[in-house]
Amino acid sequence: MSEVSLETQRRVEQFLYRQAEILDERMWDDWLNLFTPEGHYWMPASPEQTEGEGQANIFYEDHYLMRVRIGRVNHPNAWSQYPPNRTGHVVSNVIVETEDAASGDIVVRSKFYVAEYRNDEQRFFAGKYRHDLVNSPDGYRIRLQRVDIVNAEGPFDYVLQYWI
Amino acid sequence: MAGGNGFDIDALVEPDRVHRACYADEEIFEREIRQIFHKSWIYVGHESQVPNAGDYATTVIGKQPVIMARHPDRSIHVLYNRCPHRGALLCNQRSGNTGAAFTCSYHSWQFKMDGKVRHIPIQSGYDNTRFSLDDPDSHMKPVARKEVYRGFVFASLAADGPDLKDWLGTAIAGIDDMCDRAPEGEVEVVPTCFRMIQKSNWKIFLENQLDAVHPSITHTSTGLAAQKVEQEMEAETGKPPPLSYHYISAFAMDLDKWGALDVVGHPHGHCVLQGYMGLRPSDPDTLEYEEVMRKHYGPERTEEILDVNIHHLLVYPCLSIQSPLQQLRAVRPLAANKTLTEIWHFRLKGAPEPIYRRALDYFYLVNSPSTMINADDLYNFWKCQVGLESEGGDWVSFHRNAGQDRVEDGVATSNIGFSELPMRNQFEAWRDYMAAEDGA
Repeated sequence: MSEVSLETQRRVEQFLYRQAEILDERMWDDWLNLFTPEGHYWMPASPEQTEGEGQANIFYEDHYLMRVRIGRVNHPNAWSQYPPNRTGHVVSNVIVETEDAASGDIVVRSKFYVAEYRNDEQRFFAGKYRHDLVNSPDGYRIRLQRVDIVNAEGPFDYVLQYWI
Repeated sequence: MAGGNGFDIDALVEPDRVHRACYADEEIFEREIRQIFHKSWIYVGHESQVPNAGDYATTVIGKQPVIMARHPDRSIHVLYNRCPHRGALLCNQRSGNTGAAFTCSYHSWQFKMDGKVRHIPIQSGYDNTRFSLDDPDSHMKPVARKEVYRGFVFASLAADGPDLKDWLGTAIAGIDDMCDRAPEGEVEVVPTCFRMIQKSNWKIFLENQLDAVHPSITHTSTGLAAQKVEQEMEAETGKPPPLSYHYISAFAMDLDKWGALDVVGHPHGHCVLQGYMGLRPSDPDTLEYEEVMRKHYGPERTEEILDVNIHHLLVYPCLSIQSPLQQLRAVRPLAANKTLTEIWHFRLKGAPEPIYRRALDYFYLVNSPSTMINADDLYNFWKCQVGLESEGGDWVSFHRNAGQDRVEDGVATSNIGFSELPMRNQFEAWRDYMAAEDGA
């Protein structure tokens, strides 16, 4: 593991916390802005998967697909959004895997725990994130976010309406 | 009183309406397991799930856990997942390779891929006992009947009944459609199986699959959101959006267009909804694929194959197949109000990669756990289940266009896509299964 400065550790943690808050508060414009123009959100269907492109995934979305999903959730006739989801994310165990000395680009691993409440039922999801982040003067942006939920191969009791 | 066991099946199923008990009553559900799922042909899996000797895959037929196994002689066997010694499950993983034998984790009894005993420890202990390898009870039990059609493995727990081809009848065209679209005439499973639990009766799912009225209502939010992004994408990139967007934007097409589709009811409850997505565009990928097809089949046969226009085939009671996009959903009822679907997709052997990507895109957008389509379907199914468990009314209405179907050689057709013909057709088969004598 590379040594990172306290400043880098703090910046990247703040970024992850901010992303969690954006999801919990359903701030969809901010969500899209977290990703680079070519950025992807990826949840593999098994932990062995090494790439998302051309594979069966639980999520594999670029900006355009994310916009469809946001458009659906916001549409007044998205029937299963009555009542809407409410989530609470906790992100922890933040370990910087690599930091590019020249660009400041970062690969960072973390763990998450999510409670989702909808329609009188509570569900829980846990797993790990791996963020491939591009550094810029405006802050980090996501080139690729890999999300491994621990029950990726299990039966799904109802769907995931949006990202975890 | 038809069917015995206190059920008057004829009182539950009328030609144009059915009683809510068919969906909500646990005793009726148990009878469905015995009379339908333990007698009819049930889809077990595709032989490409077990390509090598020693490969196995597990699933259930009704309430019976079974194993599909590949023998070194290449034959496929479907066995009850039970050690004949003390009854333990032999495989508790969904799939794997067991080498030369299934070995019980409890006392190390071993069985070959055809279920025959390979080794029993402490053999001397069986001297001078009634235990004998001549007794079928000493071996893993095979299902009563098993047939493989073009790689699709079906099994029946009942010794008697029509053979698979007769039972599929004219509905076999849906399986042929999926395989024929492969230049090599075969499909190969992609090993990712998504499993989704529906909090509703299994029949609600099957009825919805051929319900041409619901898409533009249930899926309007996703369809319109996709249409909007299609337009934005074209404006931003100057290129037409990929075909995959059309899969979901088509859900928002005008209701009239859905009404123009044909629905067909085959014997034994199998049904077909005609295609609507226009899956034969003229982009370079499609043209390349059609060229490969012509090389394998010749121009005439290729046209015949590509002209088949099926959106959905139901193989009642166990399968929903979308042949032109190589999707398959197997239905595993768990309780009157709970159903598991096992969802697969396939590669067309010999087809170029971009053609596979179409199947993959559909698998993702419609059938994955993040589906923006079934999100709203599953919610409707649950709402139906809650309502059907209530005493607010006894009947489910299937009156739309009742009595207006054309029937020829046992096949009912309506060119009104809104017709509730598929639901009536499924319940006709349901009544026959349920009213049959127990054990018959």
